[in-house]
Amino acid sequence: MVSRDYVLSLIEKAEKGDKRALGRLLTVLEDVGSETAWALEYLASRSRGAHVIGVTGIPGAGKSSLISRAISVLRRKGYRVAVITIDPTSPLSSGAILGDRLRMQEHATDPGVFIRSVTTAGLLGGLSLSTLSMIEAFDALGYDKVIVETVGVGQSETLIMNAADTIVVVTMPGAGDDVQALKAGVFEIGDIYVVNKSDKPEASKTYEYMLFVAEKGDIGRSGSWKPPVIKTSSTLGMGIRELVEALEKHLEYLKGSGEKKLRLASRRKLLVKLLAEKMVMDSLKTVTEAELSKLQDDLEGFYEKALRIAKATGEKLVNLRIQ
Amino acid sequence: MSTERMLSPPTTRRKIKVLVAKIGLDGHDRGAKVIARALRDAGFEVVYTGLRQTVDQVVAAAIQEDVDIIGVNQHEGSHVYIARKLLEKLREHGAGDIPVVMGGSIPVVDVEVLKSVGVKEVFLPGTPIDEVVSKLLRLVEERKS
Repeated sequence: MVSRDYVLSLIEKAEKGDKRALGRLLTVLEDVGSETAWALEYLASRSRGAHVIGVTGIPGAGKSSLISRAISVLRRKGYRVAVITIDPTSPLSSGAILGDRLRMQEHATDPGVFIRSVTTAGLLGGLSLSTLSMIEAFDALGYDKVIVETVGVGQSETLIMNAADTIVVVTMPGAGDDVQALKAGVFEIGDIYVVNKSDKPEASKTYEYMLFVAEKGDIGRSGSWKPPVIKTSSTLGMGIRELVEALEKHLEYLKGSGEKKLRLASRRKLLVKLLAEKMVMDSLKTVTEAELSKLQDDLEGFYEKALRIAKATGEKLVNLRIQ
Repeated sequence: MSTERMLSPPTTRRKIKVLVAKIGLDGHDRGAKVIARALRDAGFEVVYTGLRQTVDQVVAAAIQEDVDIIGVNQHEGSHVYIARKLLEKLREHGAGDIPVVMGGSIPVVDVEVLKSVGVKEVFLPGTPIDEVVSKLLRLVEERKS
């Protein structure tokens, strides 16, 4: 249980550029629930209109290295950049190796860059809620670009992508043909498509496939924006400036068309939904556990017991007042 | 390793987050990767920062990731110098409370030196993984209380 004063002092220090305080604040937000929801409200009210960029694509496509390259260009333009990278939790041990950061370590000591790694662990959309909360924190603390990197598989990650202003879908040579690219999923909602590792053979073929899909015009999320396809190579530093230009152009488009406001609204709506769900789950757990503690330790009648607990929980939940 | 590798249920609470780091001109990362993987299997969240990092980069990563513990792996003889500098920089950045442990090719005679500098544990070659895990858990518990 974290106190209100503690969280407020973290926010205050983080506003002054204290990275230790910001790191700690993000830990509080990682496990945000009924008790700390007020902090989210507070942060959201201080939003400075950050450009939220979702980067997704198959594992090994080079997303982290590409982001690292893009950070260099963004920094030269004077932007402050925050990155949230998401790596999978082992379903066997529930541990995780967070390895995305190592591709971006050259920016670790840059005062205008903050990188945070999180895992997919978490109860029912917990990942989405903590990631959204972190986005709000970075936005409030004056980061101009907030980049969220996911492996793009799993429902919660697709959900996070919906909170982004701009979605970048990264693929690489040999990753599949145009049918693969036409499949439903996160590939449908890209605003910018990138063929990374374009120094490799077959890059043009993959580029043509992506171009075909992008030009068909039935992918992408918004009206008149035509998703560009960009060839990049993190190794050679090729196409990075073009990528950043495309990001800027898309932001301009969002602002000009009024869509930026709509995307912020839908991000907030998602936050409300996830927070409400979390609150229900939190209280549900409390009630169920209280019922469970009343249970006798005999071995039979488990179906009836479960039914009784479910009923009692349901009844209490209806009358429950969430603080 | 346990023979019962069951699918574990997701939890809301954050796991223990550990930073595995290699500092300076040392290209041998097999040991660091073995440790990283073993800690993953023990249920830790492991941030690995890769080869040839500076002390400043490791401190920055530890702070931004808000890790519970830092493990430094060294094989090239500069462990005492690096430990001193690392702990000094951590304190400088208000992160002196994060426990630091070390491992690798470290002469036995240096163990006490490292501990006097502020390193909490030193794991010499051949230390069983279970011992590493239980000592790390203990350090994290101690820090919490």
